Amino acid sequence: MGPSIWQPPRLSRRFWPVFQRNLLVWRKLAIPSLVGNIAEPLMWLVAFGYGLGALVGQVNVVNTSTGSSTAVPYILFLASGSICMSAMNAASFEALYSAFSRMHVQKTWDGIMNAPVRLDDIVLAEMLWAAFKALFTVTAILGVMLALGISHSPKLLLAWPVLLGVGITFSCVALIFNALARGYDFFTYYFTLFLTPMMFLSGIFFPLEQLPPLVRVIATWLPLSNAVELVRPLFMDQWPSQPARHALVLLAYAVAGFWIALALTRKRFRV
Amino acid sequence: MSSGRAGVPALLQVEHLGKQYGTTTVVDDLSFAIAPGECLGVIGPNGAGKTTTIRMCLGLSTPGTGSIRYALGAPSEAALAMPQDAMAIKARLGVVSQMDTLDPDFTCAENLLVYGRYFGLRDAQIRQRIPELLEFASLTHKAAAKPGELSGGMKRRLSLARALVNDPRLLLLDEPTTGLDPQARHLMWERLQLLLQQGKSILLTTHFMDEAERLCARLLVLDHGRKIAEGTPRDLIAQHLEPDVVEVYGSGAVALVESPLRQLAARVEVSGETVFFYTQDARPLLGALAAWPQLRTLHRPANLEDLFLKLTGRQIREDG
Repeated sequence: MGPSIWQPPRLSRRFWPVFQRNLLVWRKLAIPSLVGNIAEPLMWLVAFGYGLGALVGQVNVVNTSTGSSTAVPYILFLASGSICMSAMNAASFEALYSAFSRMHVQKTWDGIMNAPVRLDDIVLAEMLWAAFKALFTVTAILGVMLALGISHSPKLLLAWPVLLGVGITFSCVALIFNALARGYDFFTYYFTLFLTPMMFLSGIFFPLEQLPPLVRVIATWLPLSNAVELVRPLFMDQWPSQPARHALVLLAYAVAGFWIALALTRKRFRV
Repeated sequence: MSSGRAGVPALLQVEHLGKQYGTTTVVDDLSFAIAPGECLGVIGPNGAGKTTTIRMCLGLSTPGTGSIRYALGAPSEAALAMPQDAMAIKARLGVVSQMDTLDPDFTCAENLLVYGRYFGLRDAQIRQRIPELLEFASLTHKAAAKPGELSGGMKRRLSLARALVNDPRLLLLDEPTTGLDPQARHLMWERLQLLLQQGKSILLTTHFMDEAERLCARLLVLDHGRKIAEGTPRDLIAQHLEPDVVEVYGSGAVALVESPLRQLAARVEVSGETVFFYTQDARPLLGALAAWPQLRTLHRPANLEDLFLKLTGRQIREDG
């Protein structure tokens, strides 16, 4: 038997041509993919933000460390949460459906591995690529939100790199399921059983304070809720209350996710 | 370091290679070498271990036992071992795998450019090579076409051109002409012969005996993961077979096996409705066959196909 699948990642600069490959394909399809990526989140935002927002009015956002709360318009509450959801969805779609096409259907990875590029570098490239796609989607949506005047906080500039981090976290986790997949159908489980429930437990549509206490405890450890805790204050021109804790939770998911994804992908390719 | 034939250091030296999947032995104590400029053919039925051997030579599968060493650099350079030095080896190797892995979203020229980048080559360097690579593949007029618009033969030639992007000394080709029509296959052979004339070395697996006979200076016959014969096509035929074959078919042909005609051949084989007589001299047999005018006969020299079937049997291999 060869070396353990759990040995540390062996990463090198050779990931770059693989990333560049995906970039070149995407450049040909960027405009149609942009429409698909931002049309749906914007429909949600407009329909729920303005429609439901008219009924809800203001929402209280509680600062977890000081206990003080700020009332914000529902559209701002929703926009700051749903942009995290968009980052999650964009990264997940790319790291699942698109990466699987390249890995399994087109055998692109097999072709690359006949050149001096390690599987570890390919997985790294796919991870960063999915995160880049998330960043691109988020940038477009942020632009529309600015145009709609939902937030004018200068701290949005900081939300941008944070959302890249959110994209990285979710692409790392999604690659685990890419490594395990036998077909596209498998990804439906991931979306239905993990991502959709998480959307409702992460304070995107309603504050976490509405949840029963036990569920709230679970919710505070979900990656998406930590992402929202980081991003929402920036939309409100405030600082996150526990930035280190939230960033560390995301980092932990990213590191563990990447490592597990890499190990399972190595196992998949080891025959 | 160990040497190939005639004292020339081998480009690739495989020694006592073995691989097991669970309790099944896929490759068993396999040793071979490729000398510079040589084309070595690996033939064997499905499941004989050809693809597994190639995968191990590429570091994609870890050998259970044995060693794989490459000497692709200057004579003074130390030999590189697979899988430890996989990246350094692959940087100097050209590979065409059984299945096309061309990028469907790219044109032919972009496919070459993107692939060259995986080798760490500069864009300018690759762009300079693209016209000659396309010309080599007879695809100059298709530079802007995507693989989906190419025929099977064109795709294989593009895969071959892609494998040459780093100007390798040694090419590993896994069934490069499977699925091609005769015209496309002949064009592929012509290209491979051109590469051999340029001094490149080739390791080739194939199911086609005419391909092996035409291209390969030396053959390795594998079955059940083991090497069962090795040599030049001519030597192997002379060693294992009688020079003449008479094929007889038509109604009643199979009954000949029980007739006195059997004595006129050194060896007789039946496959379906056809009887194969292997003999040192076909004349007495052909004379006697004149008594059965309803039977059709074909007199021909023994070839690699006969050798292959003799060594590996005529039963169908469903596995692999």
